[in-house]
Amino acid sequence: MGSNMAEAHPVGFQWVMEAKARGAKVFHIDPRFTRTSAHADQHVTIRAGTDIAFLGGVINHILTHDLDFREYVTAYTNAPYLLSERYQDTEDLDGLFSGYDPYTAAYDASSWSYASVPMEEQPGRLLKEVSAPYQHGAGGPFIEGAAGGIESDPTLEHPRCVFQVLKRHFSRYTPEMVERICGVPQELFQEVCRAWTENSGRERTTALVYSVGWTQHSVGAQFIRAGSIVQLLLGNIGRPGGGIFALRGHASIQGSTDVPTLFNLLPGYLPMPDVTHEDLTTYLDGVRGRGQKGFWGAADAYMVSLLKEYWGDAATAENDYCFDYLPRINGDHGTYRTVMDMVDGGKVFGYFLLGQNPAVGSAHGRLQRLGMANLDWLVVRDLAMIESATFWKDAPEIETGEIVTERCRTEVFFFPAASHVEKAGTFTQTQRMLQWRDKAVEPSGDQRSELWFFHQLGVRLKERLAGSADERDRPLLDLAWDYETEGDEPSPSDVLRHINGIDLRTGRTVDGYLDLKADGSTVCGCWIYSGVYANETNQSRRRTSRFETGPYDAEWGWTWPLNRRVLYNRASADPQGRPWSERKKLVWWDAEAGEWTGRDTPDFEKHKPPDYKAPAGASGIEALDGDDAFIMMRDGKGWLFAPAGLADGPLPTHYEPHESPMRNLLYGQQGNPVRKVYGRPDNPSNPAPPEAHSEVFPYVFTAARLTEHHTAGAMSRQLPYLAELQPELFVEVSPELAAERGLRHLDWAHVVTSRTAVDARVVVTDRMAPLRVDGRVVHQVWMPYHWGPTGLTKGDVVNDLIGVVADPNVFIQESKVLTCDVRPGRRPRGPALLEYVADYRRRAGITTETGTRIATAGGHIERAHIEPDRPEEPS
Amino acid sequence: MTQDNSFYGPLSDPAGNAGHTDHPPRVGFFTDTSVCIGCKACEVACKEWNAIPEDGIDLLGMSFDNTGMLGASSWRHVAFVEQQRPLGRQDAGLADLPVGPSSTQETAEVVADALEVAKRGGGDLGTAPVDLGFPSFDLPGAGTGAEARTEFRWLMSSDVCKHCTHAGCLDVCPTGALFRTEFGTVVVQPDICNGCGYCVSGCPYGVIDRRPDDGRAWKCTMCYDRLRDGMEPACAKACPTDSIQYGPLDELRERADRRLAQLHEAGVTEAQLYGRDPDDGVGGDGAFFLLLDDPEVYGFPPDPVVPTRDLMSMWKHAGVAASALLAASAAVFLGGARR
Repeated sequence: MGSNMAEAHPVGFQWVMEAKARGAKVFHIDPRFTRTSAHADQHVTIRAGTDIAFLGGVINHILTHDLDFREYVTAYTNAPYLLSERYQDTEDLDGLFSGYDPYTAAYDASSWSYASVPMEEQPGRLLKEVSAPYQHGAGGPFIEGAAGGIESDPTLEHPRCVFQVLKRHFSRYTPEMVERICGVPQELFQEVCRAWTENSGRERTTALVYSVGWTQHSVGAQFIRAGSIVQLLLGNIGRPGGGIFALRGHASIQGSTDVPTLFNLLPGYLPMPDVTHEDLTTYLDGVRGRGQKGFWGAADAYMVSLLKEYWGDAATAENDYCFDYLPRINGDHGTYRTVMDMVDGGKVFGYFLLGQNPAVGSAHGRLQRLGMANLDWLVVRDLAMIESATFWKDAPEIETGEIVTERCRTEVFFFPAASHVEKAGTFTQTQRMLQWRDKAVEPSGDQRSELWFFHQLGVRLKERLAGSADERDRPLLDLAWDYETEGDEPSPSDVLRHINGIDLRTGRTVDGYLDLKADGSTVCGCWIYSGVYANETNQSRRRTSRFETGPYDAEWGWTWPLNRRVLYNRASADPQGRPWSERKKLVWWDAEAGEWTGRDTPDFEKHKPPDYKAPAGASGIEALDGDDAFIMMRDGKGWLFAPAGLADGPLPTHYEPHESPMRNLLYGQQGNPVRKVYGRPDNPSNPAPPEAHSEVFPYVFTAARLTEHHTAGAMSRQLPYLAELQPELFVEVSPELAAERGLRHLDWAHVVTSRTAVDARVVVTDRMAPLRVDGRVVHQVWMPYHWGPTGLTKGDVVNDLIGVVADPNVFIQESKVLTCDVRPGRRPRGPALLEYVADYRRRAGITTETGTRIATAGGHIERAHIEPDRPEEPS
Repeated sequence: MTQDNSFYGPLSDPAGNAGHTDHPPRVGFFTDTSVCIGCKACEVACKEWNAIPEDGIDLLGMSFDNTGMLGASSWRHVAFVEQQRPLGRQDAGLADLPVGPSSTQETAEVVADALEVAKRGGGDLGTAPVDLGFPSFDLPGAGTGAEARTEFRWLMSSDVCKHCTHAGCLDVCPTGALFRTEFGTVVVQPDICNGCGYCVSGCPYGVIDRRPDDGRAWKCTMCYDRLRDGMEPACAKACPTDSIQYGPLDELRERADRRLAQLHEAGVTEAQLYGRDPDDGVGGDGAFFLLLDDPEVYGFPPDPVVPTRDLMSMWKHAGVAASALLAASAAVFLGGARR
């Protein structure tokens, strides 16, 4: 679901084909019939953005028919835990959970906690601003007293236990409702439920694959939560052939979250300090918590080693290891907020773009370009001269008169970049596997690697600041920046050594994060990568075939953490440590040897027996019981119900997309009540019920990529061999929609939203099919988004159609579903285009408040909401 | 096996027949279209390795196929066929959706017009590949009704030079530019080709073609240079799902037979092999296919025949005709002398 794996991940899809050859059945649930569907046993057409309604239906099916893997659920999930009496569900509040504040459009999550766990009330506004839930990353947020024992009912009968709450929450997600919301016929839906449940249990497992078709929604994090609940209920996590596969969008995007490029994370999912963190101890208490279970208990060792890696000898116990050198976040510093600040002026003066082409590739391309046109300077590093470097002379806004070349103030510095074959380093792929690649050829001309660029930037900034007595320059001047060099470039393998971690007493690499110390005697650039250079050997460079080492490929590359191929694989054995079945054995307890063993590296302490009970008062790793399979969670359990950590509710709930042709059939609450909306003249929204005039944009729009091109096109539109394979921007429509709008195959048409209109050639195809949704026919249209004004093949920027509205947990934009109109013929050009779109806005009654009245249930006054919103000031 | 014959019918050792002694086993491609995901990596890998120029950045709209056909600068071509019929027991999930009639007939007509004007290979030299019809979206007469569509499948198939046992192109080449390699494959040498174009009309599949800018004929070499270095051809190497398999032809034929049986067992009764049979009109192909419909659906000729099949009888007829002519001429002179 939410993935077109054959087209977007063709190399990974070979394993699906191999599974198919061995008898696996493949189901593809997607708005359109793609090259993935062509190889699926069953294709299910779904209305874009309704996946929680579908998955909620699956959860309801499992719970109604008692099809869950009960022993697994009781032992390894939080199903038995009792919830607080203060908790109120969407069932009680018409689509809202308890703790909602309509003024800030945020939740105080304190009522979502476990019954025996006291939580302080905490207004959600700031947490939402800094994306606090995401900062907890793999760790999950605190559950105070988690290690002290949580009140539970192992029979799962108590009305306040998670299992019963789950049952009640999803009880209205019936097959009839799935059909009415998603447009999926009931019989087809039940076929999916049947196949999924029959293929799960002791003897069988089912894998779930998703991609950005799930993440790029205003409820994206909850889509994934819904999938996780199904997989936990069916016992498909931590077991061979099971799992949830998050396919990433680019080579090493996994790596760029592990060693992050995000404003609110440090390497290894350690949170970025915020303004409340006075010193290292306050910060660390915030990460590991008191009385928490699991491996975040050693966060002090991870953090101190990181600070020592950054600032070397300058970092000492006396100065808190230079913790004060780290910047503090005090609000939303994400991409879209930053771009709006660029447009508004006065806050952002310079901008680095590395391997990114937001003028084409980011949602609301127009906003991106107008922002970049309002900078003092812009640095672009790319393989080719991309639109984000040339917008000042060829942006669509030149034609409309919104950007005037002579008056555009931005000074652009373009640096040619070395390609992946011209530099050495690692890629981290979707399985968390680091694979080293050697340099194949020397880069030509001025092309240089990213490593060279940043190293030189650091070297030159330090030179420039040398001798400065200003306190604010200390962090830069004290940076260790002491990598071995090869020529004028740091040695990539030495950088990997530092990421792995080094024991300063011996000068040798550590073997893993268990060796890291909080006393300043070790350095480590990213604790979860610790072990990739164990034994002074580049483990990511290993290339022993699976035919020699078995199906888990233990000696091909290196997977974090500690070369484990399946996360939480303790769950592949029953609570007593025996495999659930011979057929699905992975790791198990060897009582004679007194250790965990098996085909994968056990994701558990090697010598902790299954019947181990943590002593009272223990915390951290020591507090994990022998059956606490989910070793990173605060309570050691897989979370069916998230007692904390999500900005928009402890359970996934179907909300209509921000722009939708229909009313939410399940609740009075129409859309995600916590989504981030930005009502600005340059970011209008198409109206959605209960607002009037949604019929002006009657069709559901979704966009995605083609195999033949790569994202914003910098790596494909410039290459003849790829450009000729998909030579022009097109829009896919069903024969039915073609008839309705008078569109003819290969003729021109244009697609309109309240942001702009773009031209495209029409492709009429049976692969697109209309849906019957609550008694009416809903058409969906699809466009690839690879085109821009430069390259061998040119076209309008599809991302210009998309506005900015974001998921409140991770701030990702809702670019996979919106509404639009489609008309035959080409769009108006120049200033006439602006007038044309303005006319659409007039007809739809669009103002800056459209789409911002986000609380539509619970008797809250409909109030326009704009991010960031402050609580009402007491007057 | 019947008698080996240089012109027609089964031939156990084409390389040996061409004069190679002590040569490696005959190699080929088995393209299993049932696992092709249409990624076109084969097209790109082929062009990269063989440094083939781009040949037209224009939207053909033939489903996802914008290559159109094999040609002088397209040695691999992935066809995309949208059809109103199920694939084996696959379910496209159209039942109960508010769908109307299919659009494939209409789009096919638009595409046919567009293909006419699209410049491809040596089209403007008058030596365009034989027009076999673009891959038809359906068998003629099928699915033309106005009723709602209920079934759908999307077929993909990577086409390539067949490296025939009896290669029409090679047999008619007057310069020796085309030759049979020690691997049993057929390769054209660009430094010898004089661009006469006989080979273009000699190919029963419409594969070989002349490049407009230099007039010479080009086609797949099965990466002869890579084979000589012990490597597999670029397209097979790049194929992520092993739809394109390379190896000794005998082995591939066995593998294909097993795969066919497996598919038939799985309910894909329409699966068939194309070019595998040594008794066919070209003595069997060095590059053969597993198809999920009749060959003409993918743009393959249903019954290709090498022109040299009729060579013997043509010479016999020519001989008879020449003798008759001679006799007649003689008769004229003789008759005249009598007068």
